[in-house]
Amino acid sequence: MVDRRNAPDAPPLSRGSPRREGSAERSASTAPCIRCALGKVISLARLHEYQGKRLLREAGLNVPRGAAASSADEARRIARELASPVVIKIQAWTTGRKAMGGVAFASTPDEAAQAAQRLLSMKVGAFPVEQVLVEEQLPIEHEVFVSLSIDDAARRPVLLLGVSGGTGIEERAEQVARISVGIDGTLDRAAIVSRLAASRISSTLHTPLADAVAKVAALARRIEARSVEVNPLVTTRDGRIVAADCRMTIDDYAVFRHADLGIDIARELDHPPTALERIAYAIEQADHRGTFYFAQLPIEAGKPVIGFHGAGGGGSMMSMDAITAAGFAIANFTDTSGNPSVAKVYRAARIILAQPGIVGYFGSGSGVASQEQFHSAYGLAKAFLEMSLAIPAVIRLGGNSEDRAVEILEDACRGLPAPVRGFRKDDTPAACAAHFHKLVQQCSARPATMQRRVPDFVGRPDSYSFAITGGRVWIDHAACDAAATQLVVQHSAGLLREQGGKPVLAVSEEEIAGKDSELIACEIECRRAGRPVLFVDLPIAGLDKTQ
Amino acid sequence: MAIIIDEKKSVIVQGITGREGRARTKLMKEFGTNVVAGCTPGKGGDSVLDIPVYDTVLEACNYAESYMGEKVDVSVIFVPAALVKAAAIEAIEAGVKMLLLVPDRVPVWDAMEIYAAAQASGARFVGPNTLGVLSPGKAVIGMIGGRAQSAREWFRVGHVGIISRSGGMTSSCGYYLGRAGVGLSTLVHVGGDSILGLRIPEVALMFEEDPQTRAMVIFGEIGGSQEEQLAELIAQRRITKPVIAYIGGAAAKEGTRFSHAGAIIEGGKGTHAGKVKALRAAGATVAEAFGDLPAATVEVLDRHAIPLCLEP
Repeated sequence: MVDRRNAPDAPPLSRGSPRREGSAERSASTAPCIRCALGKVISLARLHEYQGKRLLREAGLNVPRGAAASSADEARRIARELASPVVIKIQAWTTGRKAMGGVAFASTPDEAAQAAQRLLSMKVGAFPVEQVLVEEQLPIEHEVFVSLSIDDAARRPVLLLGVSGGTGIEERAEQVARISVGIDGTLDRAAIVSRLAASRISSTLHTPLADAVAKVAALARRIEARSVEVNPLVTTRDGRIVAADCRMTIDDYAVFRHADLGIDIARELDHPPTALERIAYAIEQADHRGTFYFAQLPIEAGKPVIGFHGAGGGGSMMSMDAITAAGFAIANFTDTSGNPSVAKVYRAARIILAQPGIVGYFGSGSGVASQEQFHSAYGLAKAFLEMSLAIPAVIRLGGNSEDRAVEILEDACRGLPAPVRGFRKDDTPAACAAHFHKLVQQCSARPATMQRRVPDFVGRPDSYSFAITGGRVWIDHAACDAAATQLVVQHSAGLLREQGGKPVLAVSEEEIAGKDSELIACEIECRRAGRPVLFVDLPIAGLDKTQ
Repeated sequence: MAIIIDEKKSVIVQGITGREGRARTKLMKEFGTNVVAGCTPGKGGDSVLDIPVYDTVLEACNYAESYMGEKVDVSVIFVPAALVKAAAIEAIEAGVKMLLLVPDRVPVWDAMEIYAAAQASGARFVGPNTLGVLSPGKAVIGMIGGRAQSAREWFRVGHVGIISRSGGMTSSCGYYLGRAGVGLSTLVHVGGDSILGLRIPEVALMFEEDPQTRAMVIFGEIGGSQEEQLAELIAQRRITKPVIAYIGGAAAKEGTRFSHAGAIIEGGKGTHAGKVKALRAAGATVAEAFGDLPAATVEVLDRHAIPLCLEP
């Protein structure tokens, strides 16, 4: 799906009326879901019903005959092959599909095509319906509700079993039995049978039903699900037991062990991944030094919108509370923490700044960081300088080496079109937010579209250059007099040395590849000293031209 | 006293030769933690910061007992997430009774397996995804403070135990309380994941038993049921020491996932408003803004005639 919000040619948006395409319906239909953005709080990878049913079938359960369709013609063909009345269901991550008109019944292939046409034009929240499932209609006799989830308090899986039917089960919690499940995915079939004894379901089906439920639990274990719900598991008038519907979420921490499940972005979002979210996810996958989360949030209309850069889940949430209380809407959630590389902080800042219409950049985490804060200062300064930052930035850099971090950031960013201020651990998020508010008000310019600029010696044949992971380092040898060369070598942490009056590599190409943090520090220090002769070019695929 | 860690406890580090293991061992040692040995399979015979490295936990434990006369109390684990389960179970089988699982992204079913193994052996663990545990003036496990000098400057010795669901906010709570003159017994980051070895209510019960601790400060967050369970313990008078709490995430509205049937077991718990209400109803003090937490703590300590600090 093309997301025009992030297109480079998107017009600058006016201050005070943040209107991104799609933001109106996102605001209306879904509350800002910061929990989703905080992948560490809840991070799931969901499967569609048809994908889940494939797994259930492989696990030995009956599922209705049928297949997924993404066009009316396909739906017609499937209905014809089934040669029976069909049910057509939107494939969307939601409950209550029936109530929203997402389920249709058809007696002929043409009716099925018509229904599919209508369902495929629906939108669920921010998700357009892209597929429908076309299945045989079942002669249902009884419905059973089966749901396996992880009980955080017990640190065990738990299976919920409702024998009086599935529809509206959420409202009838008292009718649901808890069946304990072993961490190996086994469960007590006798407990299920005894529960079924209280139902109107024929006793000959009790043991096969218990077997089916046991297969669901075993499947959940095999695929390392956070939850598997079969609602309903039905008995039919012809005596079959069939999984009529299902929802599954896989533990995203375990997705690496289940490549066969074909999970795209192992992170729960309340909207299809935006172009920027995909770019950010690719960066995270390519660089495992520290954490990087990026998610765009639905925007509250009528408030000035800002880019947010947090560090650590709890500190980020607290800082978002403070900035929201100061009257701003937050365009995105971002968290770089866990001792991230400087390149990662830089790339996170670039992605935040790629959001059109933001009137300021607010960075704040826990405020008392154990990690060395000057790394963050270098990464942010690099991004702000390259983009000639035109919106005010307030960054709370509290924690280890905070004085050095604030000095680096503020000094390097002197002379930019907009003010950049650093704060320390003794400055509260609320005080930082208030200062930020003042700066945004003083900054009368409309948010401009910022363009990345690289120095002219990048790519020039007479420049000295070497590759690092994800980019290239360029040194303007023509401009390197003795003083500049000494400066570069002095700030290179031993990675560069002087040769013939010019700075050159002092270590192997293999060793330099992962030294982005030291090299970016060197770049910023040279710039602070007024001799910008070294540049670390880290183009971002999807944002910048890359080779 | 203090809980989980003090200067007398013997500590081993699994994954001591890695980048993080090495860096954090330096912090632990310099702060005063009694790190007796390290383990990395295949690196037996090496040493890190003069600490001997063994291939297995059992060998490290044997060394500690036979040459130093010390039983290993705690193992701190710094190995990649996918290997945490094997490392933790190795330590549990070697008889270590307290583990700290630092890495994040440990698969949930692995965490449940570790928990079951720990239960079966009478072991406990903090984490996964934890910044660690620090007892001011005594010892640290994990990486709270980052550097020994910072950790000493930031945290004072006293009677308040901190329990936090956020790593960074563990340090923040400790630091801002220190600035308000409040000293601490132990700071515990329970970890950021959903399946945890020790949850807030269980750590609170440990503080309840600890003579040095006379009040508790909680940094809670939306989601899950840890804060509600703590409220139940207070209401049942199983926690009698004063509790002061702040719950982060007021700006985060409920996500659509609460309409999901799995939410029935939560019984409507997990919201910011629900947590604040449950804690207040049980008698805890809840600060509206994080910045109010130190003053609220001082006020509660004064009301109970608890000295703010143990330092001169």
